[in-house]
Amino acid sequence: MTNPHQAGCAPGAATLSGRKIIEAIKEAGVRHIAALPDKTTSHGLLFPIASDPGFHLIRMCKEDEGVAVCVGLAFCKKRSLLMIQSTGMLYSINALRGMAVEYQQPVCMIVGLLAKEPGVRPTDSAKYGVRIVEPILDAMGIAHRLIETDNDIPKIKETIDQAYAHSRPAALLVGQSPVAS
Amino acid sequence: MMQLDACLSVLAKRHHDQVVVAAYQAAFAWTRIHPHPLNCLSVGAMGLASTLGLGIATGRPDKTVIVLDGDGSLLMSLSSLATIAEAAPPNLIHFVCENGRYESNGGHPIPGKGKLSFSGLAREAGYSASFEFDDIADFDSKLDSILALRGPLFVTLKLRMDGPPTDDFRLIHGPTARNGFIDALNSA
Repeated sequence: MTNPHQAGCAPGAATLSGRKIIEAIKEAGVRHIAALPDKTTSHGLLFPIASDPGFHLIRMCKEDEGVAVCVGLAFCKKRSLLMIQSTGMLYSINALRGMAVEYQQPVCMIVGLLAKEPGVRPTDSAKYGVRIVEPILDAMGIAHRLIETDNDIPKIKETIDQAYAHSRPAALLVGQSPVAS
Repeated sequence: MMQLDACLSVLAKRHHDQVVVAAYQAAFAWTRIHPHPLNCLSVGAMGLASTLGLGIATGRPDKTVIVLDGDGSLLMSLSSLATIAEAAPPNLIHFVCENGRYESNGGHPIPGKGKLSFSGLAREAGYSASFEFDDIADFDSKLDSILALRGPLFVTLKLRMDGPPTDDFRLIHGPTARNGFIDALNSA
């Protein structure tokens, strides 16, 4: 259950840098962040983003609100990112269904996989709430990529660019807590 | 109590280039009374109009954004009052059309009908100002001064339910209205 290759991790690259993720988000042209605190990304991503003047952070009360905010920004041709926990993604499925999938809007999510075991493929997690995330995204036709180590960080800009190029939602699933540096 | 059409006609007299995000029955009535390229009818699902308006108000700070919410819709997203108050978009005016019914879903009463105050909730959540109207002449006489205020603003329109609901959901969810709005917004 801890084979790093299962989760797409390269040997010797076990950590995930929050700073590098933030750099990738900026490279993708994202300035607006709609967020709820997520246990996985709270310290390594949300606190640094909240104090970064290069971002405009909109704090949500519920995840479906964030879906609508990101769609509103997409209507204005502005790039945004919705940062939520996997539990919150499950909560917001109807909003994703209606606004992101059926309206074909580029809602890009960073989803912290709550309590996923590092190095374990999400579908192999012992946590039910983690195991169901990728099958649900597959059923909804939402593209998803796992961000588990620094080696996965190039997927971030690529995924966001693809989402906006094709006007479709996408999810970046964060598999372990990023370190702030 | 007022009629929805009468209230929207009062608002339409003041409409020039504002974006109007309208939910369900308010959307059907508004687009019938005042068809306009900057009408955004594509609210996705119940409860999302207010934060869709917040997203547009954030992305286009140069435009005033008017949200025409439903009372059932807003009850599904009462937390959006706190979210909007925290974001504090100065260019957002949030109306709720309160007739006490889930009009599109059989006319069943909303929880809290006749008891809760949407304007009170918005005021306590931190909107810049909130108002409530149940008289059309009063609404007409005060609307200009309200529209001149700095947002986020909240206005409750106390309505009676009249006539059967409209059910043309292809209009609001279809790509024609949505893409037309997006094109108009980005060329305005």
